[in-house]
Amino acid sequence: MSRHCEIAQSTPSIGEGGHTGDWRSSRPVIGEKGCLAVKQGKIACQICWVYCPDACIAQGAPPSIDLDYCKGCGICSQVCPAGAIAMEPESRHR
Amino acid sequence: MSSTVVITGNEAAATAAKLARVQVVAAYPITPQSSVVETLSRWVESGELAAEFVTVESEHSALTVCLAASTVGARTFTATSSNGLAYMTEQVWWTAGARLPVVMGCVNRSLAAPWNVLNDQQDSMSVRDSGWIQLYCRDNQEILDTFLQAFRIAEELSLPVMVCYDGFLLSHTVMPVHVPSAEEADAFLPPRPAGLQIVDLNDPRNIGPVTLADPRRDASGVLHGGYMEIRHAHQQALAEALDVIPAVDAEFADVFRRSWGGLTWEHRLEDAEVVLVAAGSLGMELTLAADELRGEGIRAGVLGIRAYRPFPVEHLCGKLVGRTLAIVFDKALSYGYGGPICTDLRAALSGREKMPTVFGTITGLGGRDVTAAQLAEEARAAISDAEAGMSQRRTVWVNLQDVAADGKTMCGVRE
Repeated sequence: MSRHCEIAQSTPSIGEGGHTGDWRSSRPVIGEKGCLAVKQGKIACQICWVYCPDACIAQGAPPSIDLDYCKGCGICSQVCPAGAIAMEPESRHR
Repeated sequence: MSSTVVITGNEAAATAAKLARVQVVAAYPITPQSSVVETLSRWVESGELAAEFVTVESEHSALTVCLAASTVGARTFTATSSNGLAYMTEQVWWTAGARLPVVMGCVNRSLAAPWNVLNDQQDSMSVRDSGWIQLYCRDNQEILDTFLQAFRIAEELSLPVMVCYDGFLLSHTVMPVHVPSAEEADAFLPPRPAGLQIVDLNDPRNIGPVTLADPRRDASGVLHGGYMEIRHAHQQALAEALDVIPAVDAEFADVFRRSWGGLTWEHRLEDAEVVLVAAGSLGMELTLAADELRGEGIRAGVLGIRAYRPFPVEHLCGKLVGRTLAIVFDKALSYGYGGPICTDLRAALSGREKMPTVFGTITGLGGRDVTAAQLAEEARAAISDAEAGMSQRRTVWVNLQDVAADGKTMCGVRE
């Protein structure tokens, strides 16, 4: 095993990337009609939860997104195999 | 079965990657590196190499794929040159900081602008501060052997290693190369040991997350270093490489009966008063220049830099103590200052007793041809400057030509 091997690592936890505040320009909205977990009525798929880089998605049917921490990066929307997550302009929710 | 074949430097690099049983190769073509990964992709396609070959849209992505694959425990390889290395520079830093044992070939080529595909060492020198180990090769056999050694060094220290060799001069030049058998290579280079990160879905981790200035306790109360402690550990690992690089070379010599000198190599150095210094194939040209000078009764020798990062300060001081003059031939320039090897060497010798005067030259930028005769001529000029009592000399540009005077060479142009 190598020496002098301290690396930076952490356990994913909510707020890892800091509190979002009011600077998000768009937010993910899960369309329950399309969500595979909702369709199957159980904790299925959960791919958005796996990929969220800010760990602010909780498992569920549908999963829930903590908008206090969501940065609006859009990764969950991109990886959703059902295309059920829309990115909506933040202005629409003010 | 081992064999001797006549191959280019790029084929030697690809052959070493195959012998190392690399599991993931990601690459983007750039002259003069392209045939390294073209060769590997052919072997992956034919089934000769059981690796994942990932084609990407840029060098930035090529190294990103390698560092990600390295994070989950794969042995990874890529190669690049020049502006390709510049384009992946962000990930060059990331790979080193995350302590990933990626091995990358840097086929040395000039940086644009102006556009030029020929050899100098500006590309790798420009990322010397990023925390990679850098090893420079003098011929095709050393390229193959150094790549095999590089995986051992990288995996022992959890540090990435850049194996640098001169574009076209070595990459596209054929030489006889002894290729070990797969069994011999396997005996020297076992599969990669577990890395520093454990990628486990049941215990997910962020690798390289935001790390603040001061140490912090984790959820279980264990104190972990801040950014500065992590950087210091990285620097200590590089200091350890000064022992590991020669140790791996010595073990390689036991198995294959070929040694490359570890940190440096030398030619007729024993009683030399005048020492010619360079990295890469230019060092081989310097051996001819040294022989020419010896023929004239000048006690000249060559000290070749193999490990440029970490810079082997104590080792170099030991080699140079008691000499009269060291002349460094840099194929790169820290623009606005001087040659990188020269400035590092001056700093290394500074404040010590009985050290030689160090003169720096800039040589062979953008593929400008350099002959042994020119190098010998440059050495004679440096010797006469030193004999005239000069102890500090501005950087000399070798074989810079006076375009206004119809291409007449201005030997020893001082800035």
